[in-house]
Amino acid sequence: MSVDAATVRRIAHLARIAVADHEIEHLRGEINNMLAFVEQLNEVNVDGVEPTASVEDMKLKMRDDVVSDGNYAKRVLANAPATDDGFFQVPKVVE
Amino acid sequence: MNAPVRNPKLLKGDKHDWQVVIGMEIHAQVTSNAKLFSGASTEFGGEPNSHVSLVDAAMPGMLPVINKKCVEQAVKTGLGLKAKINKKSVFDRKNYFYPDLPQGYQISQFKHPVVGEGIVTVDMQDGSSFEVGIERLHLEQDAGKSLHDQHPSMSYVDLNRSGVALMEIVSKPDLRSAEEAKAYVTKLRTILRYLGTCDGDMEKGNLRADVNVSVRKPGDPLGTRCEIKNVNSIRFIGQAIEVEARRQIDILEDGGKIDQETRLFDAAKGETRSMRSKEEAHDYRYFPDPDLLPLEFDDAFIAKLKADLPELPDEKKARFVKDFGLSPYDAGVLIAERETAAFFEEVASGRDPKAAANFMINEFFGRLNKEDKTIEQSPISAEQARHDRRSDRRWHDLRQDRQRPLRNRLGRGWRPARGGREAWHEAGDRHRRHRKGRRRYHREEPGQG
Repeated sequence: MSVDAATVRRIAHLARIAVADHEIEHLRGEINNMLAFVEQLNEVNVDGVEPTASVEDMKLKMRDDVVSDGNYAKRVLANAPATDDGFFQVPKVVE
Repeated sequence: MNAPVRNPKLLKGDKHDWQVVIGMEIHAQVTSNAKLFSGASTEFGGEPNSHVSLVDAAMPGMLPVINKKCVEQAVKTGLGLKAKINKKSVFDRKNYFYPDLPQGYQISQFKHPVVGEGIVTVDMQDGSSFEVGIERLHLEQDAGKSLHDQHPSMSYVDLNRSGVALMEIVSKPDLRSAEEAKAYVTKLRTILRYLGTCDGDMEKGNLRADVNVSVRKPGDPLGTRCEIKNVNSIRFIGQAIEVEARRQIDILEDGGKIDQETRLFDAAKGETRSMRSKEEAHDYRYFPDPDLLPLEFDDAFIAKLKADLPELPDEKKARFVKDFGLSPYDAGVLIAERETAAFFEEVASGRDPKAAANFMINEFFGRLNKEDKTIEQSPISAEQARHDRRSDRRWHDLRQDRQRPLRNRLGRGWRPARGGREAWHEAGDRHRRHRKGRRRYHREEPGQG
């Protein structure tokens, strides 16, 4: 499997990463190298092997249903480029 | 198809008869104190961005920790839907960009949901019933809320809802008309409210539906479907299906073809229209969330939840029919809300249950409607109603009053003991002073927008 220039542009756009035209070819090479490596891994027979979720023998920890956080709108908004009356302001997005 | 054979309900086109095929994705907000992966409050309202933790705001380095109650609620709902419970499930990232999604992805479950296939028995107005297959139920995060009308060039974002737990309940394409779809949502809502896993409040957006609609000639394979996003009342669900089916039939009869797309229902204009902006977002690039281990629990965890299940609507209805001799229709009306069923059982204790059912349906609900009250706000208690001076026989006869104008029916014959009458009058006065819109009780569905 390999990707073409158009796919590289599409992946960049989906990830909202600005990529200049002269970078496309270089990135295409890098992505194809990675895909080739994954293809190599695919040759290993893993029938009956559970996908590894963690290398530690751990279970998902759960929290109790208790309100223990929040009520600091100022902190939440501290890094926002624009705010008004407790809201984030963003360039208008309308359906 | 999983749907049992039932009368096909066909829509007439100019050239053919058409069958509508509907499947639904219901987003039900999980009833919990805290969010799915953070300790922030789920409370509705509140100052903007106050019920937000740094996890919900997706600050770098913040890690999700799952709320056990939300898992229990999902499993409980699965049990209520007679569904397969998966003791191991996986959280995935669903990637897309939108200002109300600070993470840039929604934590959801894609390949391995917590609940698998189940079934809902749906009751129709005429007393018939049919089954709808449930494909799956999974847990996921809600997004924040965007306001577009506060500023000429900016949208406003409030993350209070961001990260609240949702159950997405996906049905099989087993529904064949707008009426069936409405009855399905009504029944699902009743089940959720009985279980206490979602309050079903559609006005607050705590229950909303994505409706998949396609049409075909009877016997043909499934047609291309369109998905109508985020319909927030049961009445609108019915309207959206009707106009969308009609739109598709018109296109097909003119020799056109249906584009698979996401559409929006505009209730004011009575039309659906394409949401082109969503099209590109369809490449979600799901992958297992590396911040979360698989969700695992054992049989004991399920057994404990099972032991605590309340009597569910179908069981209660069957019991009312069997033990009290009620008609399936009357039993269905009385069990639609858990509180109503409890009220009825108390009224019926020590009296003739059929007379009590008659009293509830033909008089009591009319009263509540007239005074715009829910059963919790009833000016008389169930005990007071039970001590109404009229005999069982008089209660029985109430049915004949059905044809008379509501005003006459309500104007007489109400003689509750122990101060109940005064309570009604006071409530009536209060109500007249603060008269707002009247809300019908039980005759129409909840959540009408």
